[in-house]
Amino acid sequence: MPHIPDTHGRFGQYGGLYVPEILMPAVLELRNIYASIRKDRQFQKTFLTCLQEYVGRPTPLYFAKNLTKTLGGAKIYLKREDLCHTGAHKINNAVGQALLTQRMKKHRVIAETGAGQHGVAVATVAAKFGLEAEIYMGTEDMERQALNVFRMRLLGAKVTGVNAGSRTLKDAISEAMRDWTTNVRTSHYLLGSVLGPHPYPMMIRDFQSIIGREARKQVWAAEGQLPHLLVACVGGGSNSIGLFYPFLKDSSVKMVGVEAGGLGVKSGKHAARFSGGKPGVLHGTMTYLLQNEHGQVNLTHSVSAGLDYAAVGPEHSMHHDSGRIRYTSATDKEALAGFDLLSQEEGIIPALESAHAVAEVIKLAPTMKKQQILVMNLSGRGDKDVQHIAHMRGTHL
Amino acid sequence: MKHRIAQTFQLLKEKHEKALIPYVMAGDPSLRQTEELVLELERNGANLIELGVPFSDPIADGPVIQLAAERALRSGTSLKKILAMVKRLRQKTQIPLILMAYYNTLMAMGEEPFCREAVAVGIDGVIIPDMPPEESKVLSTAATTHGLDVIFLLAPTSTALRKQEVIKRARGFIYYVSLTGITGFPLSNIGKVQTHVRHIQKTAKKPVAVGFGIATPHEAKAVSQFADGVIVGSAIVRQIGAAAQSSHLVKHIGSFIKKLKHAMT
Repeated sequence: MPHIPDTHGRFGQYGGLYVPEILMPAVLELRNIYASIRKDRQFQKTFLTCLQEYVGRPTPLYFAKNLTKTLGGAKIYLKREDLCHTGAHKINNAVGQALLTQRMKKHRVIAETGAGQHGVAVATVAAKFGLEAEIYMGTEDMERQALNVFRMRLLGAKVTGVNAGSRTLKDAISEAMRDWTTNVRTSHYLLGSVLGPHPYPMMIRDFQSIIGREARKQVWAAEGQLPHLLVACVGGGSNSIGLFYPFLKDSSVKMVGVEAGGLGVKSGKHAARFSGGKPGVLHGTMTYLLQNEHGQVNLTHSVSAGLDYAAVGPEHSMHHDSGRIRYTSATDKEALAGFDLLSQEEGIIPALESAHAVAEVIKLAPTMKKQQILVMNLSGRGDKDVQHIAHMRGTHL
Repeated sequence: MKHRIAQTFQLLKEKHEKALIPYVMAGDPSLRQTEELVLELERNGANLIELGVPFSDPIADGPVIQLAAERALRSGTSLKKILAMVKRLRQKTQIPLILMAYYNTLMAMGEEPFCREAVAVGIDGVIIPDMPPEESKVLSTAATTHGLDVIFLLAPTSTALRKQEVIKRARGFIYYVSLTGITGFPLSNIGKVQTHVRHIQKTAKKPVAVGFGIATPHEAKAVSQFADGVIVGSAIVRQIGAAAQSSHLVKHIGSFIKKLKHAMT
């Protein structure tokens, strides 16, 4: 099997490095440094220790007994990334790239954030590793995720609102890339998902695949067999590829990625790239992209800021085309129903992003046999969304 | 007429003149006005003209050009309409016209159909800010087939190896980005730019035009002392944005170009 991605960062026809010349030397330097770090035992050991002692890994694989009973089908296990320090899987990658930033002797990190979870993770590792941090966030998202904005500032990061375009994640990434272009000699762009130019999609997948490696061991220990189905939500696609990647070669393990269906795919107000998109280039990579016939990027909609993005990680595009991973979507309404169900059945308030995965579990688990095993990635906790949901339901906190 | 870009630089060289290359965003405020602007720019001393193709997410551009792209998209501009405008313009002018477009806008049309159409209507070259040489194979192949110049960029951060790569592939001229940043940022160190440009000129044997951050006649003059061409973008686009509603827009921009050209000669 050829190495994927290849040295140009190609996942089949997807991926690559579509960045301005100014950034090319930095991108190539990153590629080279990451290539050496990947094989560097000392680095990997430091990374793992940090994940154990600071992030709190391994996270549990929790058997959701009540949910399993209620849905009346497959045994449902939750991979509890919501229990990571800072409340989401984002910290795994942030730790990896902070160590990398130190290795590159850069003292400043730039990041984008949608839901604020990646921003909080970056602000956190910046504090721990003594880095200066500037986080770009769309002003619409700053409203939706006010709590996380405050957390980032508490941690000492500078949060800069982005008022351009749709004022969401897409525009925050563009602004972060402009900052990187301007400060490329001193700053590392700590990208939060499996997007952007090579080596980001590969590197972030590698850092996040700790999720799937742990889950694989844990499900073996609990059940003595591999799971039948994996379910995860897909924004950029880092939590999902993190869970899926270590199982890709196990052909018996089926995988479903859940995109944001927003107000419904037919409404046009959604972020379901595999339902309404076609291949294009955005933010440094070639991948499925929601765009109009003239190649202008469409505005997206989702109740969850973290899934509200017009493109998807290039590796997902490859697995979509090959059929290895099936992609579907959950509407805002379905996600909110999943949010309530998990909160009330298991006493776990999921992030609205992860609630999209719950929505798919609600659909699929009852269709499966009782002895079959389903693992869902609970990528983050929902505390950050409580205020927004209260507001939607007419309560002002 | 063939090879308008090379011929223009050749003629200027014989006259010991440097090329003034203004950039305007096509469709800002409307394609009809862009058409008038191109002719007015030429009348006032422009030697080549860059036409921006608006894109929703222009990562290499600062706020001035971002806003221009938003205005152009609001006025209904698309790549196809821009090409139709160029076809009309070619009845009236032979000035070299270069498109500056993000990769996705070309990919949406298809790389090969784009190159074919562009050459058919009279486009001479294309600059793609988010396409480094590494990703240029598909487009360059089609461009070579149809005779469209792909103009590559070099930056202060480009390594010696990358400079060689770009020089090898460059057609038309080489676009030297004067600063580590995005369009519209102030230019700080002209001396450094000169060192880089001289170095590229020595090995390239192709014209080198400098862009990003050149805003005033004074700066245009300073850069024209060593560069083969001077690209002025944001400074023009800012004035178009400010005067968009004015009936004197075209004349007003024309007089600014005249000042730039005057300073360079």
